[in-house]
Order: sequence, then structure tokens, then C-alpha cells
Amino acid sequence: MNTPKELRYSEEHEWVRVEGDKVRIGITDFAQSELGDIVFVELPEVGTEITANEPFGSVESVKTVSELYAPISGKVVEVNEELNDNPEYVNESPYEKAWMIVVEPKDMSEIDNLLTAEQYEAMVKEG
Amino acid sequence: MLKRTPLFPVYERYGAKTIDFGGWELPVQFTSIKEEHEAVRTRAGLFDVSHMGELVVKGRDSLAFLQKMMTNDVAKLTDGRAQYTLMCYEDGGTVDDLLIYKKADEEYLLVVNAANIEKDFAWLNKHAFGGVQLENVSAEIAQLALQGPLAEQVLQKLINLDLSALKFFAFQDNVDLQGVKALISRTGYTGEDGFEIYCRAEDAIALWEAILEAGKEEGVIPCGLGARDTLRFEAALPLYGQELSKDITPIEAGLGFAVKTNKEIDFIGKDVLKKQKEEGTARKLVGIEMIDKGIPRHGYKVFAKGEEIGFITTGTQSPTLKKNIGLALVKTEFAGLGSKVEVEIRNKRLKAKVIATPFYKRAK
Repeated sequence: MNTPKELRYSEEHEWVRVEGDKVRIGITDFAQSELGDIVFVELPEVGTEITANEPFGSVESVKTVSELYAPISGKVVEVNEELNDNPEYVNESPYEKAWMIVVEPKDMSEIDNLLTAEQYEAMVKEG
Repeated sequence: MLKRTPLFPVYERYGAKTIDFGGWELPVQFTSIKEEHEAVRTRAGLFDVSHMGELVVKGRDSLAFLQKMMTNDVAKLTDGRAQYTLMCYEDGGTVDDLLIYKKADEEYLLVVNAANIEKDFAWLNKHAFGGVQLENVSAEIAQLALQGPLAEQVLQKLINLDLSALKFFAFQDNVDLQGVKALISRTGYTGEDGFEIYCRAEDAIALWEAILEAGKEEGVIPCGLGARDTLRFEAALPLYGQELSKDITPIEAGLGFAVKTNKEIDFIGKDVLKKQKEEGTARKLVGIEMIDKGIPRHGYKVFAKGEEIGFITTGTQSPTLKKNIGLALVKTEFAGLGSKVEVEIRNKRLKAKVIATPFYKRAK
């Protein structure tokens, strides 16, 4: 399981990377490996307001649908359109090519509520 | 605790990810559903399907009994042949779909769905008469399925019997497979050529390993239930609990070929099913393909002209066709090819159209 140290994590298996006053969001390596072959990613449109712990989209594997939960509240300013045609990026490159959205957070301090890499790994191991 | 098959101890060695499947701890995948699916379509894959149930029907009156219980014409079966059939309730709803193997005049083997073993056994016992003897041998028998265009080539390496002479839906009992006694049947649930192999539970691991070893060159890989489901779905083979249930009749599910309303002995459900065959049904199982972006899934509602007209029984992105397709039970007036419908996916109604089934048919 790959869990980059510089990222923060949600209990719902999203990762968050702080980039200046914005954050980039995707799903973790653990999440993609549990889901299996991803065949469809549904993301919000630019301008959508998302709310922490509420669904903002979904990923579908061959077998199932899983909702994506916002790790933080804010406005979507960028969406990874590449995932429309290349949903397999989520399996191949969950932290790089398969970023999902960039958000302008309402309150940057919400980041502190998220898990560190160590905490996330510990949570996953506990099951 | 979840039930396990005799192959459970080796799953881990092959990287299996297991899930709870109707009370059974079974591998959903070993490597990836897409890879396993492709292996079966282009080479061959090996499945552990030991969770399936095996019931023996023996004794005087066996044929008369099966004719009463089954929708298909069991009298047509000859020794060494298998038949697909259904068992129905009086109202035409489905108890189960199954295979019957005729071993001898007064000995039949019934292979039933894992989740229905107890229900089927009780249903059969309730109606048994005369000299019929019933036995549930599910725990003693393991079943492997070797499926795909290269299945014959691989299995042939392990036996003396000429497999090219074994026809579709024929079987050979008491075959020696590298010291393991097995029943080999040319049947399957993937839409490909292939074999279902029954052996004693204690021989399952040796047989599994021997087949994988024999198929190394051909690229045979272990396959899980995930691929089994996408493969059978593309071939539009029904799954009990989705395309069939106590509330869905075989006629509605498009399985009229296995309902022989003209056979001599009256079977349970005949009155309703005969009427449905002659007059048609109010709803019908159809194939649909999404026009809008979205993947149909089991249970999603289907609409047309603003009206709810049915639901999706199975849906996914077809690994072979790369299309978002589904099977849906809809009102017959909307079942025509090309008919425009909508599937409700996360509160949005997305466009789809009725298309022909099966979605996939192998080249002969």
C-alpha cells in the first residue's frame, strides 16, 4: 500500500494535497485496490459547492459503485476531464494522473481534521 | 461463520480477494476481473464453483417425479447427457434453474444454485412419491469450471478420453484425471466452450493444481466470481436472484425453450406458464444499452414516457464490448428493439435503448 507522507487523508479513503490556497483531491491506493478495475468516474462540474463528508461524485468498478465523499468544504475550481476517457488511471496512478478535483476550501483549517499518512495506514490496518 | 469450499486453503496462494457470496467466502477475483474476463474470452480460465449444490435423484419413479417437478422434458434426456431446466411454483414463479445429468435410467444428478440448496432439497422432498430417493451430496462434491476457447486443448493433456468427441451438454462419468476420479461435462456459464468437472471434495486441490500446471503454456489463470458474473451476463445467461426469482417466471425471463408445456406429464406451474407462452406476458426481459453516460446496476428503476416500466436485473460495463449495458425486466409494450427508455441513476434519468441479446456470442 502506497501512502505518500506529504498528503492528508479522510476516513472515506480520499487524499488531499495542499497547493497554495487550494487543495487537490483523489482516492487512495488502498481504495483503488479494494475497488478493482475502475470503469467510470463521475465528478461534479466546475463551480459546484461541495460539503465535507457529503458525496461529491462516484467511482464505479466492474462490480460496484462507490460514492466519493468530500474531505473538505469548498468550491470546485478544476475537474480532471481525462478520467472520462481513462478511468483506469485511478488504478494505475491514484496520486498523480488520477487526481479528481481541485477545490478552493471555505476554511483551510479543516485540513487539520484529516488524518496523517501514519494515522490513515493505522486505520486501514485495523480494518 | 461463512461456508468455504475445499479449495479455500489455496486461494491465498493465488492472490484471491474473497467476499461473502450468499453465506460463502468465495474469491471475487484473483488478479483483476477484466484480466480474468479476457483470459476466458481469448484463452481459458479456471473457476472454483464448488459452492454449487448437487442433489441425487434415484430409484423407481425418478423420471415421473422429475417430469412433475421440472419445466423441461426430462424424458428427452439420454444417458450421458445434461439438460438445462427450471423448477417452478404453482403460480409460475421460479424455485431455481438447474442442470440435470442423466447417469442411468433411475439415477439423475441435479446441480443447483448454492443459495438455493436447502430450499430446493426441501421442495423436492415435499413432492417426492413412490420409490424416489433423494440425497443432498453437495458437501462431498467439488466442482471446477475450465472455460474458454483453449479449454479442450488444456484438459486433453490430462486424460485419455478424446474430448473432441464430447459434445456440448454431454458428459462422461468416472474419468481418470491424473489419478482423480471425475465427471467431465461440456457445459458452462460463460458463453465460451468449456468444461465443468466434478470430483470428490478431497481431490479438488490436486485437480485445481494439475489443470493450472497443464494450462501454463496456454495462459490459463484462476478466475473469480466477478469475471464469472460479467461473462455470463454478456452471454445473457440468467442468474437466480436477479433475472429469475419466485416473482419472475421463466417465460418472462425469455427461457421458454426450457418450458415444455406440451410434455405428457403435468408439471408444477404448467397452467400459468402455458397461458403465458400462448398469450404473452405483461413484462419481458430485454437488453438495454446506455445512450447517456452511466452504468446500469441491479435494482435501478427503468422509465419510459415518464412512467416507471420496470427495473435493471443486472448491469455493468461489458469488458468485451466496453459498452454500458444491462438486462432489464420491463413492460412488454416497451420491449421492442430500439425502444427508448430511461434508467434512473443517482436521481437522474439517463437515456438508454433496447438492444438484442445475447450481448456476446462466440464465433463458432
